[in-house]
Amino acid sequence: MNEDDVDRIDRNRRHFLTVATAVAGAAGVGLAAVPFLSSLKPSARAQALGAPVEVQVGSMLPGEMVRVLWRGRLVFVLRRSEEMLSRLPDDAAVLRDPNSEVAEQQPQYAANETRSVKPEFLVVEGSCTHLGCAPLEDFEVRPAESWYGGFFCPCHGSKFDLAGRVHKGVPAPTNLRVPPYRFVRDDLILIGQDTGAA
Amino acid sequence: MARIEAEVGKPKGGLIKWIDDRFPMTSTLKYHVTEYYAAKSFNWWYVFGVLAFVVLAIQLITGIFLTMNYKPAAAEAFASVEYIMRDVEWGWLIRYMHSTGASFFFIVVYLHMFRAMLYGSYKKPRELIWLIGMLIFLVLMAEAFAGYLLPWGQMSYWGAQVIISLFGAIPGIGETLVEFIRGDYSISDITLNRFFALHVIVLPLALIGLIFVHIVALHEVGSNNPDGIEIKENKDANGVPLDGVAFHPYHTSKDLVAIIVFLMIFSAVVFFAPEMGGYFLEHANFEPANLTATPEHIAPVWYFTPFYAILRAVPDKLWGFILFVLAVLLPVFLPWLDRARVKSIRYRGWIYKTALSVFVVTFIVLGWLGTQPAEDIYVLAARIFSFLYFAFFLLMPYYTSIDKTKPVPERVVYHG
Repeated sequence: MNEDDVDRIDRNRRHFLTVATAVAGAAGVGLAAVPFLSSLKPSARAQALGAPVEVQVGSMLPGEMVRVLWRGRLVFVLRRSEEMLSRLPDDAAVLRDPNSEVAEQQPQYAANETRSVKPEFLVVEGSCTHLGCAPLEDFEVRPAESWYGGFFCPCHGSKFDLAGRVHKGVPAPTNLRVPPYRFVRDDLILIGQDTGAA
Repeated sequence: MARIEAEVGKPKGGLIKWIDDRFPMTSTLKYHVTEYYAAKSFNWWYVFGVLAFVVLAIQLITGIFLTMNYKPAAAEAFASVEYIMRDVEWGWLIRYMHSTGASFFFIVVYLHMFRAMLYGSYKKPRELIWLIGMLIFLVLMAEAFAGYLLPWGQMSYWGAQVIISLFGAIPGIGETLVEFIRGDYSISDITLNRFFALHVIVLPLALIGLIFVHIVALHEVGSNNPDGIEIKENKDANGVPLDGVAFHPYHTSKDLVAIIVFLMIFSAVVFFAPEMGGYFLEHANFEPANLTATPEHIAPVWYFTPFYAILRAVPDKLWGFILFVLAVLLPVFLPWLDRARVKSIRYRGWIYKTALSVFVVTFIVLGWLGTQPAEDIYVLAARIFSFLYFAFFLLMPYYTSIDKTKPVPERVVYHG
C-alpha cells in the first residue's frame, strides 16, 4: 500500500462496515444460540412424564398421610382429623407467616386458614423451603416445646405446622409450597392441575 | 504522587501489558494473525482450510449437545436418537447439523487436499504439513466411522461389521485383533460403548491436537500460493514479504465471505435435504440394528466409497484389505512421489495436468461405484478405475520427472 492509497481510504465508511458486520454477526450468533439453549429445557417426554397425578383419598383415615410423586417431586397428602384442625390456631404465635402472605407458596385458593381447598385435606410439597430436604412428619403434641404436630426437617432443623406453615427461628424462610390441585370428586384429588379458581 | 505513578508506569492498555509480561499474548497474536503474511494472490481454493475449521466448530458444539440426550447402550441408542429427533426441543436441528456436518467435513477436506495437489503445497518445505494433514485425515475417517455406529441403525451395525471384519484378513493375528476391537464375540453393547468413548473423547482430542500442530507447522514455513513460489524470498526493508498481506484483516475478510456462503449452502442442506437422498443418511439406518438380517444393499457413507470400491474390486480377502489400506495411505507419500521441479499446476506440463484430471475423474467414479451393488459391470469398472487410481501414484515419480515445465516467475501473478 503506497501513500496515495492511504489518502484515499474513507475511514467513516470502513468504520460503518466494520460495525455493521460485527452487529450482524453478533445477531446471527445470538439467534443460533437459541435452539441450543432451548434444547436444554424439559423435553416433550419430560413434560409428558410431568403430567398431573391422581390420588385416591376416599379410604384414608383421619390422621393418615400418603406420599405421592408429581414431576418427581414429593407431595404429602394428609387427612387432618377434627382434633388436628382445632390445633391450627394454637400455633400462630410461633409462626413466621401464619396467614400465608407469601403469594408464591400457594395458589390463591389455598391462601386461607387451613392452606387447603377442603380443610380436611392438606396437600403440600414435601420439600423443605430451606434447601429441599424431605421433612419428616411428627404429629405428637408437646405443648412444652410449643409443638402442636407438624413436619420437622432433619437436615437443618426447620419446623412446619400441620398446615405446612414455617416456625420462627429456623433456617427455612417460607411455608411449604402447596402445588396446584383440585378435587375431581370428593374422593379423588388431581395434583398438578387446577381450574385456575377451584 | 506523580513520581510514583511514573515509576510504576501505567500506560494505556495496562491490562494488556500486565498479561504480556506474564503470557505471550500480543506476540502470539502478531505472529499467527496480524503479522502472519500470506500471498495476496490467494484464490478461492484457499478458503477450505478455514472452512474445515468452521465445520470442526459445528461438529464440536452440536456433538456436545447431542451427548446430553444420547444413550450409548445397545438397548437405548436407537430410541435415544429418535427421542432427540422428536421430543427434545430443536433436537432435530442439532442432530441434522451434526450428520450433515460429517459429510461437509469430508467435502471441505477433500477440496482442501485437492488444492494442495493443484499447487504442490505438499512439496518441500511443506512435507511435514502434508504428513500431519494426512494424519488428520486418517483420524477424521476413524472419527466418522465410530460416529456412524452410534445411532445403532441397520447400516450402523452392518457397516461396522464389514469394516471391522476387514482386520480379520491380517494373517495370524486377524481374528484376535477383530475380537480386541469389538471387545466381544460380535459387535455389541460393549463395542458401542467404546466407540462412543472414541468418538466423543479420544479422536476429537487427537483431531484438535493435530490441527494445532498442522497450523504451527504451516506458520513456521509460510503458506504456499497459486504460483507455488516462496514469497519470503522477496521482502521489503521491514522484512515483510512484498507479495504478502497480513492474515488479519485481509485474508480474514475474504474468509468471512466464504464462511457466509458456506453456511448458506450448509443450512440449505440441513433444512431441505438432510438425508441427501440416502447419501448423507442412509435409508437402512432408519431401522434399528437387527443382528439376524443384513440389509439387502450395503454401502458405506459416500466419503468412504472410493476406497470401498477398490476393496470390492479385488477378489481376495487379504489383497482386498492390502489395496484398501494402500489406497488410503498412498497420498501420504506424495511429497516424495512427485519429482517435478515446480510446485504449481500453472507451470507444469501436459502430462501432470492430464494425470491429475484423470485422477479426479477416477476418484469420483470410484466413489459412485462404491455406492452401487457389487455386480459384474460395476466390478469390472471398479477394477479399471482402481488400476488408474494406483497408476496415478505409482507412476508419478516417472511422469513428473519427464514432464516439461514452464519457467516459474519471481513474483506472484494475477490471473483475471
